Amino acid sequence: MSILVNKNTRVVVQGITGKEGSFHAAQCKAYGTKVVAGVTPGKAGQEVEGIPVFNTVADAVKKTECDTSLIFVPPQFCADAILEAADAGIKLVICITEGIPVNDMVKVKRALRGRDVRLIGPNCPGVITVDEAKIGIMPGFIHKKGVVGVVSRSGTLTYEAVHQLSTLGLGETTCVGIGGDPVNGTGFVDVLPLFEKDSETQAIVMIGEIGGDAEEKAAEFIKKNVKKPVISFIAGITAPPGRRMGHAGAIISGGKGTAAEKMNTLEAAGVKVVKNPAEIGAAVKQALGR
Amino acid sequence: MNVHEFQAKSLFAQFGVPVPRGKEITSPDAATAWADELNTPVFVVKAQIHAGGRGKAGGVKITKDKAAVAGLAKELIGKTLVTHQTGPKGRQVHRLLMEEGANIAKELYLSILVDRDTGRPTFIASTEGGMEIEEVAAHTPEKIIKEAIDPAVGFQGHNGRNVAFALGLQNIEPAVINPFVKMLENLYRLFMEKNAALVEINPLIVTKEKTLVALDGKVSFDDNGLFKHEDVQKMRDLNEEEPLEIEAATNNLNYVKLDGNIGCMVNGAGLAMATMDVIKLAGSEPANFLDVGGGATKETVAAGFRILLKDPNVKGIFINIFGGIVRCERIAHGVIEAAKEVKITVPLVVRLQGTNADEGRKLLAESGLKLEVANDLWEAAQKIVKLTGNAA
Repeated sequence: MSILVNKNTRVVVQGITGKEGSFHAAQCKAYGTKVVAGVTPGKAGQEVEGIPVFNTVADAVKKTECDTSLIFVPPQFCADAILEAADAGIKLVICITEGIPVNDMVKVKRALRGRDVRLIGPNCPGVITVDEAKIGIMPGFIHKKGVVGVVSRSGTLTYEAVHQLSTLGLGETTCVGIGGDPVNGTGFVDVLPLFEKDSETQAIVMIGEIGGDAEEKAAEFIKKNVKKPVISFIAGITAPPGRRMGHAGAIISGGKGTAAEKMNTLEAAGVKVVKNPAEIGAAVKQALGR
Repeated sequence: MNVHEFQAKSLFAQFGVPVPRGKEITSPDAATAWADELNTPVFVVKAQIHAGGRGKAGGVKITKDKAAVAGLAKELIGKTLVTHQTGPKGRQVHRLLMEEGANIAKELYLSILVDRDTGRPTFIASTEGGMEIEEVAAHTPEKIIKEAIDPAVGFQGHNGRNVAFALGLQNIEPAVINPFVKMLENLYRLFMEKNAALVEINPLIVTKEKTLVALDGKVSFDDNGLFKHEDVQKMRDLNEEEPLEIEAATNNLNYVKLDGNIGCMVNGAGLAMATMDVIKLAGSEPANFLDVGGGATKETVAAGFRILLKDPNVKGIFINIFGGIVRCERIAHGVIEAAKEVKITVPLVVRLQGTNADEGRKLLAESGLKLEVANDLWEAAQKIVKLTGNAA
């Protein structure tokens, strides 16, 4: 078992003929992911790494029965690309692109409401179910099949945590990057219940950061609904207020969204909060009694 | 990106939001000339810096004497204002906004931003105009009115009426209800069309003449949407930005200057923040946030070095790279090449982990460069803190 993606997931890469798109499509395919199609308007008939390219997502769905999309198109075209995937019947849209205008995401989020499609990201590393499907830009080899579900707002910090879990022999089930933008498709509260239900996942690592109240919402959810141990790190205890720390969503505004506040709320909900990012793996090990 | 009050107000005027008659002023002579043209009983001269709290810091002057405006302009231009938002160094004033005074009957608060929870543009209003909205929210949350707009259909009249009646405009001044609803519609248009991140009017006043006027104005823009708006890009004032942050941005680096003395260079925003945090845990303080991005190269690392070393507070540098798609041996080469170009004068600890980390660490160790290599994050943080003499 795993969540969101597995060895049967059929992927279409939007923006496959671009530099990032072609490189990562090949990397995903090499990991064993079923990358069955690519889309770049006007380039139908071409192939990238043996993957057929179509003009539209609708064509790709018709010809290849793809059900999941991985998006690399430039930020100014992303809202369109996400909605095109949804309209073509794609059920899971994973958007890697960074730099999408917030107002575009406001409209996309509204347009997807109530529809049978899940958006992960944007501005995220993607989703990986270890040894089954890598749909994103994370380095596959640091992952090891195991028992920990990971959900995170960050990219390289997630790799750091995964590396610790793998080195300690705990391994991961699925790792989900929900992205660093202020308005995104999927939040912690959407992923946590999936891990709670997943029979292979024994513990959950949740990596948050300053800005917004996704962690506070997660704490409320965990308190009521999650029985599995949750271990959390929140980045940005040293971040000054009012400054954007790289991610568009990582900003303390009006005194709200501080790391300390998030840590306290999570601790009060029974989450094991790790202050030192080098100790995430060890804390999971302890929580699992290994 | 932030803009000045006079720029915010020019946008307000462009979108039909009433503002006092005013003009940007950069010299005492210009102040006198504009005062003649303005011809009003009360003149208001306001220092233009990207920070709140200007009034308390002496940055806002009011006079009835037309002859006095040149002197006030002379006093304010070049003055350094220290407010609760500028930090102790303060901010130098380069330009002023000079406008007509107003007869205030009631002060209100009004803003629009995207509520991250609902993902919708949301108006925030309060009868407590002129106060810091955070203070109002903390002490009297019942006085905060919120109205979310459905982006699928845009602003509707009832959105404006909901806010107007919740504020009690029917009791304050019924004549301004319809103009208020129209103002919210215009602000929503401004917010969406210009890719704003925040539009704030504090205070929005009801005048004794029964009109509405945006007496102050603040607009900040979503950096991701700036590419659509050349007019907004032109409003950027580099005087208001940290020189090292400008240099970093031109090198496509994400840098935020802080007050500590350990410079850090990291790939990825989350890991960069975590690296700052781990420096503090180890007993020191980070000098900066610096994300060199996923594809750290010799060029980006060299640019990073130059920026870190220009900060006189930096007593040591901590490079923390988790190699993913970017392989560590390539980053090691980048560090070695960059270190040859830029004279590194402070202790340097490089921590490499991930793809080909062993190879990268070996290259660094054999490079002959004066640096310490580490593979564990905590070990690396302790090393750099110790080397800079700040061990906890």
